[in-house]
Amino acid sequence: MVLVFAESPRGQIKKTAFEAVTYGKKVADQLGTSCVAVVLGTNAANAGELGKYGASKVLQVADAALNDFDSQTYTAVLADVAKQQGAKVVVLCHTSTGKAIAGRLSVRLGAGLVSGVNSLPETGTFSVRKSVFSGKAIVDYSIKSDVKIVSLMGNAVRPDASGSPVSIENISVSVPAGRIRVKSVKTQEGTVPLPEAEIVVSAGRGMKEPTNWGIVEDLANTLGATTACSRPVADSGWRPHHEHVGQTGIAIRPNLYIAIGISGAIQHLAGVNNSKVIVVINKDAEAPFFKAADYGVVGDLFEVVPRLTEAIKKFKAAH
Amino acid sequence: MKILVCISQTPDTTSKISFSADGRTFNEAGVQFIMNPYDEWYALVRACELRESLGGSVTALNVGPAANETTIRKALAIGADEAVRIDAVPPSSAFVAKQIASFAKDHGFDMILLGKETIDYNGSEVGAMVSEHLDLPYVSYASKLDLNGNTATIEREIEGGVEILEVDLPFVASAAKGMAEQRIPNMRGIMSARTKPLNVVAPVPFEDQVETLKFTLPPAKAGVKLVNPEDMDELVRLLHEEAKAI
Ligand SMILES: Cc1cc2nc3c(=O)[nH]c(=O)nc-3n(C[C@H](O)[C@H](O)[C@H](O)COP(=O)(O)OP(=O)(O)OC[C@H]3O[C@@H](n4cnc5c(N)ncnc54)[C@H](O)[C@@H]3O)c2cc1C
Ligand SMILES: Nc1ncnc2c1ncn2[C@@H]1O[C@H](COP(=O)(O)O)[C@@H](O)[C@H]1O
Repeated sequence: MVLVFAESPRGQIKKTAFEAVTYGKKVADQLGTSCVAVVLGTNAANAGELGKYGASKVLQVADAALNDFDSQTYTAVLADVAKQQGAKVVVLCHTSTGKAIAGRLSVRLGAGLVSGVNSLPETGTFSVRKSVFSGKAIVDYSIKSDVKIVSLMGNAVRPDASGSPVSIENISVSVPAGRIRVKSVKTQEGTVPLPEAEIVVSAGRGMKEPTNWGIVEDLANTLGATTACSRPVADSGWRPHHEHVGQTGIAIRPNLYIAIGISGAIQHLAGVNNSKVIVVINKDAEAPFFKAADYGVVGDLFEVVPRLTEAIKKFKAAH
Repeated sequence: MKILVCISQTPDTTSKISFSADGRTFNEAGVQFIMNPYDEWYALVRACELRESLGGSVTALNVGPAANETTIRKALAIGADEAVRIDAVPPSSAFVAKQIASFAKDHGFDMILLGKETIDYNGSEVGAMVSEHLDLPYVSYASKLDLNGNTATIEREIEGGVEILEVDLPFVASAAKGMAEQRIPNMRGIMSARTKPLNVVAPVPFEDQVETLKFTLPPAKAGVKLVNPEDMDELVRLLHEEAKAI
């Protein structure tokens, strides 16, 4: 059986978990077994939806002590569920939650772990692939233990909702007392967090002044995109730190990355070069970013960006 | 306050990455190695700041071969009081975690700090593994860490925000941007680093469950397609019809 931990940050199961279940179902099909999802905590209103993505069963450990995240208690509970259900493969999301659990669970279960995978396993060797050296290389690892753990990179599979919802089964597992006390959670409401965004519009020092960002926001809003920025822009306080992408900031892999007035330094590319499609807008035809781009526009961003926003509005109105 | 900081060595981001013909090993020739930035700028510097205000000691630990000693000396120059090298060429993060945990087990550290991930293998695995081996709480991606007596208040980065939490000593945390500011070692630090203790410890046996099969380079980009800056309708058409990105 393939067990997928469907995380429900702040009471809601989101795209990353739907991706993980879609992936888990494909692995289960390869192995000729079923895919079971597990949800922790009492608030996961939309857990039944997981059936649509391929879970044949959704298990819930509905203990309020699990509503706040503590890697230690989550690991203990997931390890017990995996043993109880006889899981051969455990799939986690490669998110802040998944990363804090994956290593713990592998030690607890004596299971081999590959984190941040972006491919289905090869049947036989159970070899999985991931991107390393900040996107400059790819590696294949084979997991040899009886139980195997992988965490799935965001945006690596498209969620497939062609199945039907299932009912939720409560299971009882003892929940050890946690040692972490969550005091508060602060999130930016209304925007899709960068690691989950399908389209990212990002701008750099070419913008000249923080007050010029209106055209970037207009483009992002028109596309339903999340905004990002280069490091000097965040460092000088032009944009909030959580927008900083690159080697020292957040690494992302959206379907579409639009870079505006960013030169494309290697440390910036390190965080974005796994994007599926890259568009670069820069007035300097020699900017290194063009070498990493799929589409390029050599021109003044102050003219090109508003023109692109208009073109997208026209396109959206017609489609 | 006894703090352990785990430091790793990685190729500088600007290095050219290549592998042996069979894809088994990373070619180190001509590669510039640095201390992993998260370990150096954030974990190590914050540990030194805490020691400066509260007293105690900072131990820097690396699992690696003798060639890593330049990096280890740099950690001493930045401010660690002593260093330990576990003498092995680590085959995996599970191996590294096992070594760190078996060293830390008998040393009574109040806090173990790591970087949020290494910039070469991008695993983000070691910290969680160490915590489980030692049965300690683990706070990953900590961007702020303050101590009040035995209790730490930590900000932890999550998708689209931060979580603020409290945890009592001892615990393990991994450091992200924000926890401290980079420090450049000064002359005095560099001089004193030469005489600070660097102990070499033998590794404990460990059986890996994961095998590295092969490294490959990603397929080269087809090359950029330039679009006339006057004609953004064309870019939209390409993004829709060809790239299927909108
Ligand atoms: C250890 C280390 C880690 C780093 N980590 C990161 C990281 O995580 N993320 C990151 O982004 N950087 C990082 N950097 C910094 C990186 O090296 C670059 O300095 C930075 O990315 C440059 O930012 P930029 O492209 O916005 O600015 P610049 O390099 O100044 O580029 C501005 C670009 O805008 C273009 N431009 C100017 N005016 C216009 C106009 N009117 N129309 C169109 N184009 C215009 C210019 O041609 C230029 O290409 C790191 C550096 C180091 C040493
Ligand atoms: N060889 C090593 N020796 C000591 N610490 C290490 C080593 N490798 C990784 N670490 C620590 O573990 C953190 C996370 O590494 P990783 O799990 O490989 O992404 C790093 O930032 C270091 O703090």
